[in-house]
Amino acid sequence: MSAMAPVAGIVLRQMYLLRGNMPRVVQLFVWVLVDILLWGFMTRYMSALMPGAGSKFVPAILGAVLLWDFLIRVMQGVSLAYMEDSWSRNLLNVFASPISIGQYLAGLVISSIVTSMFGVVAMVLLATLVFGLSFFAYGIMLAPFLLVLFLTGIALGIVATTIMLRFGPASEWLVWPIPAVISPFVGVFYPLSTLPHWMQVVSRILPPSYVFEAIRTISTGGQASFHTLALAILMSLGYILLACLLFLNIYRYALRRGLIARYSAESF
Amino acid sequence: MTLSVSNLRKEYGDKLAVDGISFSVQPNEIVGLLGPNGAGKTTTISMILGVLSPTAGHIEIDDIDVIKNHSRALARTNFAAVYAALPGNLTVIQNLRVFGLMYSVPSLERRIQEVISELGLEPFRDKKAGVLSSGEQTRVSIAKAMLNNPSLLLLDEPTASLDPSAARDVRKMIKDIVAKHHTGVLWTSHNMNEVEQVCDRVMFMSKGRILLEGDPRTLPKEHGKATLEDLFITVAREPLTLKEAA
Repeated sequence: MSAMAPVAGIVLRQMYLLRGNMPRVVQLFVWVLVDILLWGFMTRYMSALMPGAGSKFVPAILGAVLLWDFLIRVMQGVSLAYMEDSWSRNLLNVFASPISIGQYLAGLVISSIVTSMFGVVAMVLLATLVFGLSFFAYGIMLAPFLLVLFLTGIALGIVATTIMLRFGPASEWLVWPIPAVISPFVGVFYPLSTLPHWMQVVSRILPPSYVFEAIRTISTGGQASFHTLALAILMSLGYILLACLLFLNIYRYALRRGLIARYSAESF
Repeated sequence: MTLSVSNLRKEYGDKLAVDGISFSVQPNEIVGLLGPNGAGKTTTISMILGVLSPTAGHIEIDDIDVIKNHSRALARTNFAAVYAALPGNLTVIQNLRVFGLMYSVPSLERRIQEVISELGLEPFRDKKAGVLSSGEQTRVSIAKAMLNNPSLLLLDEPTASLDPSAARDVRKMIKDIVAKHHTGVLWTSHNMNEVEQVCDRVMFMSKGRILLEGDPRTLPKEHGKATLEDLFITVAREPLTLKEAA
């Protein structure tokens, strides 16, 4: 069997959990749909208030919400796959198998791609059909937008998993708010120039901030810079590398301290 | 040699959990690792499974170093433990497929069918593991542990939560498996009758050290005790006295 077999094992586990389990499937869609409805109607209301600017609100706000949700789904896809093993006290079975850390992380990432796609497809359909959002408004830049957000979501997901590996099952509560904590800095709904200087400094090291700035530029008829987005992609790749190194470091710490065996016996 | 452990040591800060132990397990041999709670048995098993780094020492499975060649060594071992049940939200067959992939088992569907037949799991194959009885769950764990035809099988109190009848069935299954596949087994248990029935050799651990080693049927008499249980109690309460007597 190939080196991909253990990766397939991790992914297959997530697919089995989804198959025939309505609550798990519903949660892939429900929050995305709630967000789209909420911000879709908000955008419609704002368009009515400012008729001239209406066409800009849809891609600038609804599009941004949608893309931000995409990042959150990707991040949660990675961390939820780990949480499933933690909740079912399966970590010992997984880490005592021949699976390597690289294969394990690859399995989490692929699981995330699959699960986040469910939500994204539903999100795009609803936003397009009900609220008239056209992703073609972003043109070719949509590809780097999605890539930056996807890569950042992966990096955040690995960091979230690392936190849970280091601090145990109860640290799940530290992980859920991560997107909310960084959202003010990345300027999902407002230009970065609105922020105080120190927050702008933080924004510059967060790749999604370049995406949302670019979305606003395109929405107001400007042209987004490929170079800036290329920098954001490189930055995201760097963060994935750092996140993997952090995970490896904490994994080694967990081996020294016996954390994996302890978490298998510890309740949430 | 299936398992070779030499000078294995584990410290947590100033607490010594395992104190330089050495032992081996041969193919087709069932070795009992006995001792009171906190003796270091599970710590030892965790180090063999690669989920706990030793402070010092070496562990080799089929002559492969567990620390240096983690994945290769672990591909030749497997385990079942009362505290490591398989995910209850997957069916038996789904669990076996998932772990079969993680262990890169060749001809997986055929192998799954073999272990299902061997362990009498056919009636439960499509049931969620979590709804099975303790005895059935133990059999599923052992099925997972046998998927990759391991050279070394680690069983940490495999019959701890079972009624006497289910425990007897599990013991028989494991003995049959060992005889058929020439597997080496390291078995921990607090049930001394079970140990006498199953193990070819036992090692008594106390305070991180192996104090005694020998045939479970003759060892008590060698140390002036009537039964293995008496010997166990002495090791648990007065390990140093026993060591001097030995």
